[in-house]
Amino acid sequence: MELLSGAEMVVRALRDEGVKYIYGYPGGALLHVYDAIFQQEDVQHILVRHEQAATHMADAYARATGKAGVALVTSGPGATNAVTGIATAYMDSIPMVVLTGQVMSHLIGEDAFQETDMIGVSRPVVKHSFSVQDPEEIPAIIKKAFHIAESGRPGPVVVDIPKDMTTPTERFPYEYPKSVKLRSYNPVSRGHTGQIKKAMDMILDAKRPVIYTGGGIIMGDASAELTELAQLLNVPVTNTLMGLGGYPGTDRQFIGMLGMHGSYESNMAMHHTDLIVAIGARFDDRVTNGLDKFCPTAKIIHVDIDPASISKTVKADVPIVGPAKNVLQEMLALVKASKKEIDKEALEIWWQQIEEWRARHGGRFRTDDSELMKPQQVIEMLSKVTNGDAYVCSDVGQHQMFAAQYYKFNKPNRWINSGGLGTMGFGLPAAMGVKMNFPEEEVVCVTGEGSIQMNIQELSTISQYDIPLKVICLNNQSLGMVRQWQDMNYESRHSHSYMKSLPDFMKLVEAYGHVGIKVDKYEDLEDAMRRAFAMKDRMVFMDIAVDPYEHVYPMQVPRGSMRDMWLSKTERT
Amino acid sequence: MRHIISVLMENEPGALSRVVGLFSQRNFNIESLTVAPTEDSTLSRLTVTTVGSDKVVEQITKQLNKLIDVVKVVDLTEGEHVERELMMIKLKATGQMRAEIKRTADIFRGQIIDVTSSTYTVQLTGASEKLDAFIETLGTSHIMEVVRTGVSGLSRGEKVLSL
Repeated sequence: MELLSGAEMVVRALRDEGVKYIYGYPGGALLHVYDAIFQQEDVQHILVRHEQAATHMADAYARATGKAGVALVTSGPGATNAVTGIATAYMDSIPMVVLTGQVMSHLIGEDAFQETDMIGVSRPVVKHSFSVQDPEEIPAIIKKAFHIAESGRPGPVVVDIPKDMTTPTERFPYEYPKSVKLRSYNPVSRGHTGQIKKAMDMILDAKRPVIYTGGGIIMGDASAELTELAQLLNVPVTNTLMGLGGYPGTDRQFIGMLGMHGSYESNMAMHHTDLIVAIGARFDDRVTNGLDKFCPTAKIIHVDIDPASISKTVKADVPIVGPAKNVLQEMLALVKASKKEIDKEALEIWWQQIEEWRARHGGRFRTDDSELMKPQQVIEMLSKVTNGDAYVCSDVGQHQMFAAQYYKFNKPNRWINSGGLGTMGFGLPAAMGVKMNFPEEEVVCVTGEGSIQMNIQELSTISQYDIPLKVICLNNQSLGMVRQWQDMNYESRHSHSYMKSLPDFMKLVEAYGHVGIKVDKYEDLEDAMRRAFAMKDRMVFMDIAVDPYEHVYPMQVPRGSMRDMWLSKTERT
Repeated sequence: MRHIISVLMENEPGALSRVVGLFSQRNFNIESLTVAPTEDSTLSRLTVTTVGSDKVVEQITKQLNKLIDVVKVVDLTEGEHVERELMMIKLKATGQMRAEIKRTADIFRGQIIDVTSSTYTVQLTGASEKLDAFIETLGTSHIMEVVRTGVSGLSRGEKVLSL
């Protein structure tokens, strides 16, 4: 058997796991590992400018492919800088393996230079973590880390590696395990057949059903099955923010996103439904609004891989613990074999009602109340110019909601955003991670002038690795979502939501060697955008001036029911 | 309602902190907690008593089960069970109180495990209410120090929590 040092084992194990890129930043505790990286070519390291960006790059790779992304950061500040990225992945159930350097074992607990208890610091935001105690454990620990990160309900796993575990002169036999078995961890591989049958009977009996799906469809690779089942039954489908693309966004049966900024028709349909079929979604507070008023007439079927997500906030009538793909396949088989059919007459009436709702709001917005263009117009144009087929990596705020509402995602894994944690600064590194792995695809970062400045240093990484992504910056010169809440709840006292000294983004991106395009008028938008996307080998930053007074609508009234919404600045349901 | 939750978990470094962290992170309450290895030294058994609605306790057991180190979880209070807690209590024992403490300890089937000319240390085992009752009977003015292990418990009959 081959003898390798701990440092070499780390790199070799990643290779054997099939990892192409790792994203990271070196430091004292990792010098042995970085030396091992230098001496091979299988695993390519991407040097970021801040560790948070490394985690977001790894995370976005995982969101686009379903496979765990890998970040490598040093001890102390390297590790703590990665925490926001780990928490981002944790909240959205994204598989990720984060390797963190640690001070030498004998120094642990002595407040050594660049020492942080990373296992302790990261504990509430990881699926699991490992601390290497013996170099010989490294292959097995890394195998377990990938297995845990990617199986069941996915999530980030931290592997903390003290420097003396990687000493180059100490060599041990290396063998990468083919499989892994943990007696205390056995995620379910299929749903309970009896429960699935019961659920299918309820669906076939329903008069006003709604299918409500989330990120579980995306990470569970169940989009095709969901689409087939929904179309076979002719049932309306709504997606959560994390679930967009799980069902084709331009299909008639898609009634939009639901929740706080969900479409009028989806929130109305939820309120009036008699059966919610929830799959891979977790009834979180941004979806349900006031729990005591949530969907008063609905029975609930809840399919989720994580039993703890079922009946956590809303009680399920038929809980089904299992992977979305498998459960949907079983449901499909049952429908196809069933002699009973769904009540078509009732569905016809239900669809008429939904179409009425759709006609009432339909995602309209005013364009006549401002000289400047509307952010919604920019997203609609983006959707048009990219044929609805780009990877859209969003930051957090109004622009995120506009992108979710107005970009029509027809495929899964294309909408990449920090839904649960709401991490500003996510968009740019996310777009970098996706573009590096999908160089032939259009990859866009939709951002605002606030969010982009939270990881703006990555413009440098983009230069170093020639990552020709496109940035669409909706520049309203303010923290739009904060400002919207201040307008609605604080009598427009704009406390610190206004950005006084914005940089000249054109000069800034040019300084890093990129192309900047500034757009002030809607008439120029389409040409400018087409020009940007025609520059296949350049990173282009579009700084687009949009109306700072625009709000995101619909917006649910806090603590109300699903149907209580503001539809514009002046209309309430 | 009070629940006794028994957790069988890997006897690994960090496992206990994950369990305790889970309770604080998710705003679950811990009344008492006790943990030690089992006859199989690779496994630890942890017993936690908590107070919460059925919904909260359901979440506690589900979230505990999600921890990678946790092998099995059972809510003992769901069925017939036995529970015990051990207390050591150091009391001022002078004059008449020496005889009084001895008598009370006998009634509660406690044992005096340390004696000096001015103190007794009594060991008492039983359900938590029995230990509370002992403290109440003697009155707090004589108590110098109390240490309690927290509740341990097992299901009655054939039912076991094992691999």
